[in-house]
Amino acid sequence: MNEKPEKLIDKKGLRLDGRKVDELRPVKIEVGILSNADGSAYIEHGKNKILAAAFGPREMHPKHLSQPDRMVLRCRYHMAPFSVGERKSPAPSRREIELSKVIRESLEPSVFLEYYPRTGVDVFIEVLQADGGTRCASITAAALALADAGIPMRDLVVACAAGKIDDTVVLDLFDTEDKVGCADVPVAFMPNLNAVTLLQMDGILKPAEFEKAVNMAIEGCKKIYEIQKEALKTKYMLIQAEEEVEEE
Amino acid sequence: MPTYFEKKQLVTPGELLAEGEYMAGSNTYAENKKVYASRIGLANCDNKRVDVVALRSFYFPKVGDMVIGTVIEVGFSGWTVDIKAPYTALLRASDVLSRPFKPQNDELSQVLSGGDLIVAKIASYDRTHDPQLTVGEPGLGKITRGQITKVTPSKIPRVIGRKGSMISMIKQETGCQIILGLNGVILVTGKSPDDEDLAMAAIQKIESESHTSGLTDRVTQFLKEEKAKVEENKNE
Repeated sequence: MNEKPEKLIDKKGLRLDGRKVDELRPVKIEVGILSNADGSAYIEHGKNKILAAAFGPREMHPKHLSQPDRMVLRCRYHMAPFSVGERKSPAPSRREIELSKVIRESLEPSVFLEYYPRTGVDVFIEVLQADGGTRCASITAAALALADAGIPMRDLVVACAAGKIDDTVVLDLFDTEDKVGCADVPVAFMPNLNAVTLLQMDGILKPAEFEKAVNMAIEGCKKIYEIQKEALKTKYMLIQAEEEVEEE
Repeated sequence: MPTYFEKKQLVTPGELLAEGEYMAGSNTYAENKKVYASRIGLANCDNKRVDVVALRSFYFPKVGDMVIGTVIEVGFSGWTVDIKAPYTALLRASDVLSRPFKPQNDELSQVLSGGDLIVAKIASYDRTHDPQLTVGEPGLGKITRGQITKVTPSKIPRVIGRKGSMISMIKQETGCQIILGLNGVILVTGKSPDDEDLAMAAIQKIESESHTSGLTDRVTQFLKEEKAKVEENKNE
């Protein structure tokens, strides 16, 4: 879709990809797919395809970055050159550096960093295909990678965006809606603790619309959380059976 | 004061486990009189104490643990040892030499050099210092023979079996000596490399098939069959 579409919502109230206003894109998540990482996850959120890998806790290198009282969490968000329509330079761009920081800060409240002082955990996020809302999908996958690495966490973090297109507040914008629409509000959320760890807004919204968007995004988060939890459990079903055997 | 799980239920980080006067056991945490899981694992409640048996974790040093490590660096007054934990461990020269250590007389790399494997116990560890190892007890020290195999640290109890049934059976069937490092590294020493291979194959079988029932019996069966095969080959 190179030219700008005139209407993002048609007369029937459906969006360009046929979704309703408050409908998520299909989400598929798999856990533990990289054998060399301590923990890993893969998410397909609509047309987004993202890999996340966690390593650690391990000794911090370079050593001067380690903290005497806590573990250091490092994130690297990176888009593959082939992930978007026009080839993206593989060098980290301004945007990627910022997203790395934003993702790190949205994960930090969920991890018990104080348990393992002087160590570091690295999370690598590789976007294989991007279609709007990659930061949210990245956070969802990165939280799973951390949990899969066995790092103690207060809660899983799950993220989802809402926004405004054609004067309507909608859930989970994809690329065209994000670019042509009026506003985008990504939210990261810890469902069990009912705490927001990331809240950004790009564009202009009225206060009432903003509130509606945040609530809508949180509802979306809760739906993705169920998928996220299920993905994590699926990997460990086998091991659960094993523990039951031990009981006999 | 309810609990929100069934016995041995699979829980994910952040799941609410109990509310009220419950104690937060391993892999859980309490906040506002609520107990949550902090790792993926199986929940258990015993005497008002809620525990989660972690299905995914890593080795974390504890004083008194026996571990198997690799020397990675020879320093001025000791060695740095990789024990597959978040921290590298230190082994002091005076501990190994059992006499006062003088840098001018002793060349440390002649005692232990990079790449050497050692069996050691963790002598001290706290949040502010890297773990210190000791080899001052019988059975500890440099590994001179045998083979190494690795399993996930959380599977070590499975290799031991109930009351040590699994490990003693493997020892008996293969005639090998087996030392289990709690960090997931296992040393197998036998009379011949064939015996060692057999014991290692059995251990790997435990790791890959640990979710199936009657494992001890099947590993016994496996060992007997393999031994029979070797006998046949000899006779031919």
